[in-house]
Formats: sequence, C-alpha cells, structure tokens
Amino acid sequence: MTLTEQFPVLVVVLPLFVAPLLALLASRGNLPWLVATATSALTFAMAIALTAQVMQTGVIDYDLGNWPVPFGIGLTIGPLSAMMLMIISGASTVALVAGRESMNAEVGTAHQALLYSCWLLAMTGLLGIAVTGDAFNIFVFMEISSLASYVMVANGPKRQALTASFKYLVTGTLGATFYLIGVGYLYMMTGTLNIADMAVRLADVSDTLPVMIAGGFVILGVALKAALFPMHAWMPNAYQQAPTPVAIFFAACATKVALFVMLRFQYELLLPNLGPQAAFLSSWLIPLCVGGFLVGSAVAMFERDLKRMLGYSSVAQLAYIVLGISLASSSGVTSAIIHFFNHALIKSALFVAVAGMVLRFGSSNIEQLAGVGKRMPLTTLGFVMAGLSLIGVPLTAGFISKWYLIQAVLEQGPMGILLTILILVSSLMAVVYIWKVVEVAYFKEPVDGQPLVGVREAPMPLLVILWVLVFANIWFGIDPSIPIALAEQEAAGFFGGAR
Amino acid sequence: MNLLGLYNYWIFILLLVVGLYAVLVKGNYVKRMIGLGIFQSAVFLLYITMDKVEGGTGPIMQGVPEPGQLYANPIPQVLILTAIVVGIAVTALGLALAIRIREEYGSIEESDIRRLDHES
Repeated sequence: MTLTEQFPVLVVVLPLFVAPLLALLASRGNLPWLVATATSALTFAMAIALTAQVMQTGVIDYDLGNWPVPFGIGLTIGPLSAMMLMIISGASTVALVAGRESMNAEVGTAHQALLYSCWLLAMTGLLGIAVTGDAFNIFVFMEISSLASYVMVANGPKRQALTASFKYLVTGTLGATFYLIGVGYLYMMTGTLNIADMAVRLADVSDTLPVMIAGGFVILGVALKAALFPMHAWMPNAYQQAPTPVAIFFAACATKVALFVMLRFQYELLLPNLGPQAAFLSSWLIPLCVGGFLVGSAVAMFERDLKRMLGYSSVAQLAYIVLGISLASSSGVTSAIIHFFNHALIKSALFVAVAGMVLRFGSSNIEQLAGVGKRMPLTTLGFVMAGLSLIGVPLTAGFISKWYLIQAVLEQGPMGILLTILILVSSLMAVVYIWKVVEVAYFKEPVDGQPLVGVREAPMPLLVILWVLVFANIWFGIDPSIPIALAEQEAAGFFGGAR
Repeated sequence: MNLLGLYNYWIFILLLVVGLYAVLVKGNYVKRMIGLGIFQSAVFLLYITMDKVEGGTGPIMQGVPEPGQLYANPIPQVLILTAIVVGIAVTALGLALAIRIREEYGSIEESDIRRLDHES
C-alpha cells in the first residue's frame, strides 16, 4: 500500500486537517499564509498526479475505510473529477500567491489566520464534491464549502460585504436544500445514495413521478448554487464585495463545482434512465442559458465596477457551459467540459490583473482607473490578453471553447443556427466591455489631474502568476490536447454504453 | 392512497411553502432566517417520514431478532441528523451576520439598508 494509492482521499483530507490547525495557530505574521499556500500547492501537486493517472489508466475507484461500495462511501475520480481537482487546487494556489498583498491591504492581520482557515475549508468542500461518488456526501461538502465561503465574503473591506454575504447565504441555503429534497426523493425510490448504484436501480423506477420531481429539484438546487440566470443576482454582488483574493479563487471554481454536480446528475442518472423526460427537462434549460449569456453580457457592458463587470461576464460564461450540458449530446458535454477548464484559466487571469489594479489604485471603479495602462503596463497588458481569450480570439483558450460549443450547437439543426447567432452576439458584447476597460486604461487622462505618482507596477508574485496564466491561455489555445483528451474521455464514459 | 395517510407529506409541503414565502418576501433579516429555518425543517420532516416502515420498531438490534420483525430504516435518520447540524451552522452564521449588519447599519430592514447604501 503506497502513498500514491491514498491520493484520492488525501487530496480532500489534507486541507481539512490543516484548516483547524491554522485556526489554532492564530499567528499574525506570514505563517498562516505560508501554511495555507503550502497546503494548497501540495494539493495541486496531488491533483496533477491523479490527473496523469486517470489519463493513463482510466477511472480510479476508492472505497473509503475499505467498506465495499453500496454500503460505504466510494470515491470516484473520472477524467472530469480529476480536471475539477486541478482547477480548484490550482485556482486556490494562484489566488493565494497572487493575492497575498491584496489580502494584507484589505483584511486586518488579526483575522487573517481565521480567514485562511476558512479558505482551506472551502477548498476541502469543493474538492470533496469533485471526488465523491455519494449523492448525500455532495450535499455535506457543498455546505462545508458554502459556509466557509459566506464567512470569507463577509470579510470584505466594505460594509456592503455583510449584506452581500447574507444574500449569498440565503440563496446558497435554498439551493442546497432543494438539492437535498431531490436526493431524498431519489433515495425513496432507489434505496441507495451511491450515484453509480443509483444509476443502475433507477432503471426500474424511471417512469415514476417522484424520480422526475427529484430531477427537477436537483437541477433547480444546483442552478441556484451555480448562479444560472435568472437566479444569478447574488454572484456579482459577492464577487464585488469579497476580498479580492477570494474573488479570484471563487471566480475560477466555486460556481463551476455546482455545474459539475448538474452535469453528473444529468448524464449519469437522468438522461440514461429518464430519456425523453430528462431531455424535456434540459430543453427548459436552453432558454435560461440564452437569457443568461445575453443578459450577463449586456449588463456587463454597462457596469461601472470592474469586479462586478467580471461577475456578470461569469454569468454569461457559465451559461455557455450550461448550454453545452443541456444539449444532451456527446459533443455538447465535451464543449462544456472544455469550457470548465478554459474559463477557469481566463477568469483567474482577469481577476489576478484586477487584483493588481485594485491594490495600486484602491478602487475597482473603471472610471478611476484612467491611465493604468501607462503606470502598470504589464498588468494591463495581461488583462487585455486574458480579455481577448474571454472574447474568443483565435490562438487563445477561449477560442477553443467557442469553437467546440458552436460545433455542438450546430448539430441541433435549425435551432442551432439561431443559437450560434446569439452566441456571436454575446461575444460581440464581450468585445464591448473589454474595450471599455482598454479605452480607459490607455486613452483616458486621469480624472481631474489626479496624481498617479504613487502608482507603480503590481508586486512581482502577482505579475509572475498573471503572466503564467496568460501564457497558459495561449498555450491551451494552440495545443488544447490535454483538456480535450479529458473531455472526450469523460464524454465517452457517459455515451460509450448507450451509443 | 388516502389523504390522511399522507398527513406528514402535506405538512412537509405546507412548511416548505411557508418557509419559502418568508425567505422571499420578508425584508427583515431575522425573519428571513426564521423562514429559512422553517424551510429546512420541512426537509427534515420529509426524511424522517420516509424512514417509517409500517409495523416496524426502532432500528436497534437486541439479541437475535424474531423472524418477520420489521425495523424502521435508520439511514434517513442518520442523514437528517447531519442536515440538522448543517442547518444549525447556517442559522448561527446567518444570525451572526445579522448582528454585524445591525452594528454597521443600525438596522436589519432591507429597505433601510438599501437607502443607506444609496446615500453613501
């Protein structure tokens, strides 16, 4: 029994164990940050090892405590889970390294150790959802991560952070409770909580009303958690008010984990067993996605706060992912998974750049950032490059996402052409809101001769992280073989038996 | 399929809707937390109801069970125990936030807070 065999559980247990230690530590120096970053980096390394293993040998099954699966809790790491592990731990590491000075500027030193403790707990919850094969376990991990997230958002520098956190708490709890109702109905009908076991047993009861209602409740619950239009109001608020490093972390992975749950339920449980009813359910999601990316992009165009703008842009981007999921086709799910990966790269790069600007300007109001292009050329250029990727310019990761999504959409016949046009309209709106920042950054004189003397380039660690992410955006735009291989492996797992 | 036999499920739906109403409509943060508590309790009731087995006793094994002895299903009880703990944590955190909001704004009414944010 080697250590690598235990990685599936260690990846979750490590941050879980370090979190209370950090809270006990309550030191005021660099130690809490150092411990949190080291834990996060170690988790990231394990996630990469697991991904490599999954790509070579396929799905990893791990029985917790050696209890055989329908009785004990089983961990299942498929290609998508492995990718989620990488995204979560990677985003956490990136945000911790790049956001250190922002954290010092925005959160009092007395609270930092506790905040980092919550950070690790949030990470534990998100990672747990990615690896577990148990439907109720997902609920518990969801609430672990959510509770920690509410605390982190409430620690934002302004008092509006408190109300933002409260709204997040109410919406998040409603979402989790709806999910719990859905799982309850599924348990009633199947007598099991293990997702793989449930998939087998659902076949006998697939036509019953409770199962359909369960599907509805689960989708509704995770849609609330994932800020799917029109249930998105809490998200831009929370991103704007949270401490900036927390916003980097969440923007890359928090809502995606809810979409991951939606994807698993749709493709592992509902579509194979419910057939037409599940297709009916997902066809209801398509108008919501269209509303999501049109409204999200449109509001982003008029938003004056940079962080809020990126929040609304996330509403739009996540709608692309849900669109991929709701197409109920192999190419649709492939495009969704590719965008999981690429959107994490894009949004974390954008938010890292914004963290640099906010750190130096003390404001995230776009108007006040006039002249940032001259004072912080590297940060601004990084923002623009990541923005290009967001729009979907060729040779960037964003282009690959759009390419796969549009291909998947076009398979749907006449409706696909309409959807493609709408996606292109939404992309054009992205051009507008990214351009708005470019214009202010490079071509506007500072407001009322405000001196920019004190403003200098962002700190070195932030710049390094930013450019690593920008480079990754270009790398995965030119050679997207890793995300595509993972996505196709996962899609083949879903559709291999059926088609 | 008698209506009275589904008594618990009717109460589940009633509590669910009452809770949801309070969460969505009330502007007072403490009332919203109360609504959220009612909403969650509804789900606890759903789980507790489904574990009942007609003629079953508590799921505790004493000696050798008699043949034909029925037991209630213990798993939903265990699950909902976890969910109750989660619910308590959420309520505690929500109320703590309400206290902090009152310290900062001097009110826990949504309309007041919106006005104060607008003015500043």
